[in-house]
Parts: sequence; structure tokens; C-alpha cells
Amino acid sequence: MDSPSELAIEARGLVKVFGEARAVDGVDLAVRAGGVYGFLGPNGAGKTTTIRMLATLLPPDAGTARVLGHDIVRDADAVRGRVSLTGQYVSVDEQLTGSENLVMLARLLGHSWAGAKARAGELLDSFGLTEAAGRLVKTYSGGMRRRLDIAASIVVTPDLLFLDEPTTGLDPRSRNQVWDIVRALVAEGTTVLLTTQYLDEADQLADRVAVIDRGRVVAEGTPSELKASVGSGTLHVRLRDPQHRLKAERVLSQALGVPVHLESDPAALSARVSDPEPVARALARLSRSGVAVTHFTLGQPSLDEVFLTLTGRTAEDSTKDTT
Amino acid sequence: MSTTAPAQPEVAERPPGSVFRARARPPRPTALSASLTFAWRALLKIKHVPQQLFDIIAVPIVFTLVFTYMLGGALARSTGEYLQFLLPGVVTQTVLSVTMYTGSTLNGDVAQGVFDRFRSLPIWRPAILVGALLGDAVRYLIASTLAIAIGLLIGFHPGGGLAGVLLALLLLLVFAFSLSWLWTTLGLVLRTPQSVTQVSMTVLFLLTFASNIFVDPRTMPTWLQAAVAVNPVAHLVTAVRGLMHGTATLAQIAWVLLCCAALVAVFAPLTMHRYRHQRE
Repeated sequence: MDSPSELAIEARGLVKVFGEARAVDGVDLAVRAGGVYGFLGPNGAGKTTTIRMLATLLPPDAGTARVLGHDIVRDADAVRGRVSLTGQYVSVDEQLTGSENLVMLARLLGHSWAGAKARAGELLDSFGLTEAAGRLVKTYSGGMRRRLDIAASIVVTPDLLFLDEPTTGLDPRSRNQVWDIVRALVAEGTTVLLTTQYLDEADQLADRVAVIDRGRVVAEGTPSELKASVGSGTLHVRLRDPQHRLKAERVLSQALGVPVHLESDPAALSARVSDPEPVARALARLSRSGVAVTHFTLGQPSLDEVFLTLTGRTAEDSTKDTT
Repeated sequence: MSTTAPAQPEVAERPPGSVFRARARPPRPTALSASLTFAWRALLKIKHVPQQLFDIIAVPIVFTLVFTYMLGGALARSTGEYLQFLLPGVVTQTVLSVTMYTGSTLNGDVAQGVFDRFRSLPIWRPAILVGALLGDAVRYLIASTLAIAIGLLIGFHPGGGLAGVLLALLLLLVFAFSLSWLWTTLGLVLRTPQSVTQVSMTVLFLLTFASNIFVDPRTMPTWLQAAVAVNPVAHLVTAVRGLMHGTATLAQIAWVLLCCAALVAVFAPLTMHRYRHQRE
């Protein structure tokens, strides 16, 4: 598995400049064939631009990349023949029916009319869209569009599928359906590269994750490695009286032995903890010193926390900077 | 969502299998097959939104009746005689006005995400535009047939007979197809469908009114006559009129075909260039 020929994607120093902005600023990647690779980052980090280059939709301004062994510039057609991209915005034709969309794509991929109809039928069936097959796509719900979109990407099953934020804006049920589709594709041997803003999604699906910020990869590893680097979780505390915040900060940082952050909410504090053990003691000490707590949570690190650790900025700040 | 609401997502219940394993890629479609698929797409859109046919039905009716009866009396002192002169021109103008929508439609179309998918397919790239234009040709055909039918109803007598009219139509469609590449260029250069429509209308207005559609250019000032002499639409109208009345010369037709070749030679590569670099 470790030989270079097993790499589905190998990129060195990819750069894309839009006017003044370096949207992608020297991305290196090595993605093994098989499984799901996650691309984690906030809006404007350069995720979409990177995968559009890898899918040959954009020429890079500098750097090189090989996708499934083919150079993305010199061998773009060979790459196109083996990969598929499901964009962030629905890339099916809203003014046609679901069935017509798939038949059209199957025709454009070289199927006969009969073959195209058969393939469209089985895809609609597998994606739970048979009932909606004859309806115009513009009447579809967000989840149905997403599923049709992915179906359209696998009319000929690609060896590598790029999914750009496949679940952004979907309700939990639709999101689970998309995850099931991704797992089924991977089980049948397709490599999936997906971009996401959700650590949770990367955790659920991805074998490895690259965190991307301001056009650069700032961290790479398995989701657990990534989370370990941020600590096991974060304690969030909300006080009844914002006046007590400085006192609470002092008590907590002593009890936990880690720095405590003051949130933008004047009554809230947070601290990254590597071990849940001292948390109970710290909370008890807080109440003993007369600070009333209305709410506390000890949760998995969020994308924001991963970002804060890796870049010193929150994901939101990062978005504002790059746009 | 669909009306079936099982507790588990229906996707997971199906055995994963051959649907996700269809790796065999059929042979790449020919340029013709890909173009025809895109033409099919254009026709499906007409089928789903038949209201868009309103333009191509209203324009020929209004143009033919208004120009014949409003201008006929004043310009030629008799609507009947003027109709013989005017109708081939009105048919031409009708079809050319309809071509204009090609640009604004394309402009709205490429903004759709589906164009990313088309661009990433290993197909003959101009097929997307050629197909759209072939689909449009159906609209041109409807508009021109309607205009001629109305003309015949109100007294048009084509001296060239059925063959002459059909040849004139064919020439007109070839020209419309060629001119469409100008609109596709505009459609990809300009930002919004509205601006495409405005620019196209201005261009078309100049091309059709500074021509011999309505009046004999000999009644115009010299500078305007000079403009008409180099206007490709004027050459087209001369040839269409000639073919319908059976008096066209080979040279007149050759001029039109030359204009067509020039339009395609200039604007098809420009369109393709813009198309390739769209959204980069």
C-alpha cells in the first residue's frame, strides 16, 4: 500500500492565484488509493479551488499533481476519464427531470439510448429517487438534489470521486443518506476525496484528514491524531453573573492546570482539557468559591478549536481574512 | 423527501453492488452524438417550459402584419405589391430576432453548476454549443415557417415556388446558425442575461434596419447606402428574396455563404476560448 503507485493523488506545491489573493498557496498532498480522504477547512480556505485543479477544471498557476498516475495538466483527458466531481453547488440541470439528467449524462459518456435508460433506472432506484424520476429537479428537496448529483457523478463509476461539501445545508437524515452512499462507493473500491467544514463528518467518514487554511495544509493525519493534538475535549462553562468571570478564570485555571479562554459571550469561558478527571473537581471548586454556573459541557473539540490550536485563529476569523 | 418514510435511510437498505461498480466505460461518443444529446437537452427545455415558444410565435405574427399593413400603404402605395417585396425580409428579420435569445439563454445556462460537469466530461467540447444551436435551429424553423404561412395567407406569391422557398429557408437557417456564434460570444463575455439582451438588440437593430428589408436602399442617402452594401444581413435578404421569387444569382448566394463562413471562423473560436476560460 505504501508504494508510490498506490497513491491516488500526489500533489506538490500547487498554487492558484486569483488577482491579488493566493487562493491555494503551495499545497502538498499524498492520498492513498482506497478509502475516504477528508479536506477540512473553513469557507475560503482553498478547498474547492484545490479539488477543481485536481479534477482538471482549473489549471494550476504553479506546482504539479498526478491523479491516478496521470499529470493533471499534460494528461488532463486521462484524468477526466477516471475521476468525477460533485461540486459544492448542485451540478445537475434543474430544468430537466431527474431521469433526463442521468440519461443525458449516460449518453455523453458513450452509452446507447437503451443502455443510458437502463443505467439511469438502476441509479434512480438505488438512490431512492424512482418516484421523483419524472419530476423537474427544481422541485426536489436539498437531500434529493444531492443524491441525484452524486448519482450523476457515478454514471460510470469513477476510480476517484471528489465530493465538495456534500452535506452542507442538509438535514441530519439526508446527511446520513449521503454518508451511506459514500460508504457503499468506498466498499466497492472508489477512492473518495471530500471537503467538509465539519470535524464530525471527517471523523465519521475519513481515514485521513488534511486541515487546510489560507491555501495551505496546516496539519495532516487520522481524525484521532488530529483530535489528540487538540486535547480530548473542551470544557465550556457559562456563569450566572458575568461579573464573576475573572474570578472563575482564576479558579478554573488553577484547578485544571491549563489556560482558560474568555469567550465573546461575557458570561462564558472555555478550556481545553486533556483529561476529564480534574473537570469535576474544578467545577466543585467553582461552586465552593461562590461562582454560580448555569451551564457546562465537556465536548469533543470542534473545528474551531482544531483551528485555534493549529493556526492560532478561529475558523471564522480565517474566513474573514481570506474573503 | 418521498412519501415512503422508513426508519432507516432507504439507501442503506439496498445491497451495495453492481450499481456502484459500473466501471466499464463505453466508447467515447462521437462529436455528432454528443452534439445531438445537447440538442435533445435544448428540446427538452422547450418541452418543459413551452411558454418560451411565445417569442417565436408572437414575433413572426406581429412583424408580418404590422410591417405589411402599417408601412405597406405608405411605402409602396399598395399592401399587396409591397408584401411581395417585404415578406422575404420580414421572414429574415423574424429569424434573426429569434437568434438573439441564444446568447442570453447561454449566459444564464453557464452560470448553472451543471456546466462544471459538462466541462469535466471527456467529450468533444464544442458539442455543448453546437448542440444548443441545433436545438435553437428548431425554434428558427418554427418562427420562419410561421412567418411564411402568414405571408401566404395574406397574399404572398413566391415566384420561386416551393423549391425556392425551401432553399431560401435553408440559406436562412445556415446564416442564423452562423450568426448565433456572435451571440454565444456575447453571452459568454457579458455578465448578465439582461446586458446580453441589450447589446444583442442594439447590434441586431443596426443590422436589420440599415438593410434592404423594408425599403430599397436607392432611396437612402449615399453614406447609408454604403453601410447597406457591406451589411451581411442585406446580402442575406437579397439572396432570400431572390430565391423566393426565383431570381437569385449564384453570386448572391455565394456572398451569403462567405459571410457565414467568416462569422463562424471569427466567433466560434472566440466563443470556445471564452468557454474554456469561463470561471477561471
